[in-house]
Amino acid sequence: MDLSSLQLWTFAVIAITFAIYIGIAIWSRASSTGEFYVAGKGVSPLANGLATAADWMSAASFISMAGLISFMGRDGAVYLMGWTGGYVLLAMLLAPYLRKFGKFTVPDFIGDRYYSNRARVVALLCAVFVSFTYVAGQMRGVGVVFGRVFEVPVELGVVIGMLIVFVYAVLGGMKGITYTQVAQYCVLIFAFMVPAIFISILLTGNPIPQLGLGSTLKGEEISLLAKLDGLHAELGFEPYTAGKKATIDVFCITAALMVGTAGLPHVIIRFFTVPRVKDARISAGYALFFIAILYTTAPAVGAFARTNLIRTVSNERYAELPPWFKSWEDTNLIAWVDKNGDGRVQYTAGAAFAGKPVYRTRPDDPDAFLRGAEGQILLENEPTPGTNELYVDRDIMVLANPEIAGLPNWVIALVAAGGLAAALSTAAGLLLVISTSISHDLLKKVVAPDLSERRELFFARLAAAGAVVVAGLLGIYPPGFVAQVVAFAFGLAASSFFPAIVLGIFSKRMNREGAVAGMVVGIAFTAAYIVYFKFLYSGPSAADAWLLGISPEGIGFVGMLLNFAVALTVSRFTPPPPAEVQALVEEIRVPVASKGAGEPRSQWPAAEVDAPPDAPPADGAPPSADDAPPAPPR
Amino acid sequence: MSEPEPTPDDVDAVRRAYWRTNLRYVGVLLSIWFAVSLLGSVLLVDVLDRVEVAGFKLGFWLAQQGSIYTFVVLIFVYAFLMNRLDKKHGLEE
Repeated sequence: MDLSSLQLWTFAVIAITFAIYIGIAIWSRASSTGEFYVAGKGVSPLANGLATAADWMSAASFISMAGLISFMGRDGAVYLMGWTGGYVLLAMLLAPYLRKFGKFTVPDFIGDRYYSNRARVVALLCAVFVSFTYVAGQMRGVGVVFGRVFEVPVELGVVIGMLIVFVYAVLGGMKGITYTQVAQYCVLIFAFMVPAIFISILLTGNPIPQLGLGSTLKGEEISLLAKLDGLHAELGFEPYTAGKKATIDVFCITAALMVGTAGLPHVIIRFFTVPRVKDARISAGYALFFIAILYTTAPAVGAFARTNLIRTVSNERYAELPPWFKSWEDTNLIAWVDKNGDGRVQYTAGAAFAGKPVYRTRPDDPDAFLRGAEGQILLENEPTPGTNELYVDRDIMVLANPEIAGLPNWVIALVAAGGLAAALSTAAGLLLVISTSISHDLLKKVVAPDLSERRELFFARLAAAGAVVVAGLLGIYPPGFVAQVVAFAFGLAASSFFPAIVLGIFSKRMNREGAVAGMVVGIAFTAAYIVYFKFLYSGPSAADAWLLGISPEGIGFVGMLLNFAVALTVSRFTPPPPAEVQALVEEIRVPVASKGAGEPRSQWPAAEVDAPPDAPPADGAPPSADDAPPAPPR
Repeated sequence: MSEPEPTPDDVDAVRRAYWRTNLRYVGVLLSIWFAVSLLGSVLLVDVLDRVEVAGFKLGFWLAQQGSIYTFVVLIFVYAFLMNRLDKKHGLEE
């Protein structure tokens, strides 16, 4: 591999894409709170679909998911379905009604619908917590991509990422973020598809990876998946196309991820940016279509990479392995320990050694690796008694894919730019939720309702800047539990926001007492279960102690059911919501406002009745307040 | 909206009819959503895997490909149905 030419390509591709992002941010900077929070509600449904797709697909989707699937086989479907199925719920149960509601944030809806500032504060704390757990991983991802490509420390990579996000999130707000995300979607999907198509042609002769997955291998009579099952059987792995996880666990994880997706504030908030209710519906369709392009390709990439990996390394002499093996060995993503001393790589089921590889270095020079007889880097790790000699990090499946398939340097450069686009676009969306929660939900709605719009916009930018710094620090000094708490983000969203919003729309009878009790019970149960099994449990096998065999990743589904049950029960024994709130529910269920009612914009419904029950209907006119800058409260 | 001005009762009736139809659409479409994902791809996946179509075991294909295609179609169908319903009840923006 010609390293300098590769680095030149990578530098050029990344510089060009970053220049585009910053150019867009300057062109579309926000000048009002309405533009900063929801892009002035003027985003076309197609652009919003593209932006939502980029917002949604993070560094994890781009870099890790295909690798995850290639190691999980059929069970990888929990992520494929879990992270797409939620859009159906979003399109039918949430997005159109929340768009009709017409405010800026999820806590806005919770606070107004449940006529309670306490509920608003709980919702905003959840939104901030969920967003921070998520964003830390994104900033880390930016740092890792930079670190690998330019051989700079991860910390420097995080700082570069922070500066870029700073420019377009702080300057552009939602408007700037939306249009940069459109560009980032184009970069990331191109970067994902080009290697996938090349590899599909190389392996199966079919240029469409989704079809290549079901095709026969080139030069062989056998289909790719059957071949993979055969290779797995030979090496002692479970068959690729069979499930390993318990059915109930797969069910709960899939359901929790779907419901959690629909309840994540940075996804919901995107549907506040389109002009009309019908745009919110179709926009969810566009978003899922653009997401599905990557999500249906990922399982093909996973299977291709798995086949390539086994065919390349299994029982080959280390000394004769292709150069990519050694270059990724240098970055700790792949490692080999020659247990039986035959100089060949035995790749079978089970871990080769405990933990991640720790390389042995010369005592006088910590940068010089100690090498074995074949030239492999020696490890500190204690080998396991099993026969497997190979450690493979799942991220290698996407990152090294172009090299494994022998693709040209510009394709490899593209993958780096795609990974950065995926991480930056998601980080920006999350940072916006955090800054909006602080400047709008907390300052404007709770602490200082008299705040002028100019001051609010100033605080929004300040909060965004603060959030960028905190997110960067989390990326530079990742708390050990970051990977563990991602389960929280989905569990929390599934067990708190989703039921509260759905009931707020579909049940007029749902009141403050029911919703708050439901949220508290749902969150408390889910959080306690995750904390117990992720941090406190010390028994021999946590899996044996799980409730009904449900893992912490899937418990959010049970938390959601509890939330629904508690909310419905409590609301039956407590007073119904005030008439104004019931009128608000009536209003958000239909796409047009009643004449003279305008948009429901009550802060405290008791103080402002938006929709008198006897208001005459609108005759097709758009709601008057729709595109105007946000009205001051009261 | 036709003349003369509809009374509040008419408005209520229109909205109720609109909402009932919406709930019916959502109910049917989410049943399909459940059938392809949690039912077909999770609960019945091993049964469907006994059928092989075009190089794929059916359950495996549904779990990793088919369900996602269905999700996309479901949203577009819902958007189409609701646009038609908005028009029918004069609730178009």
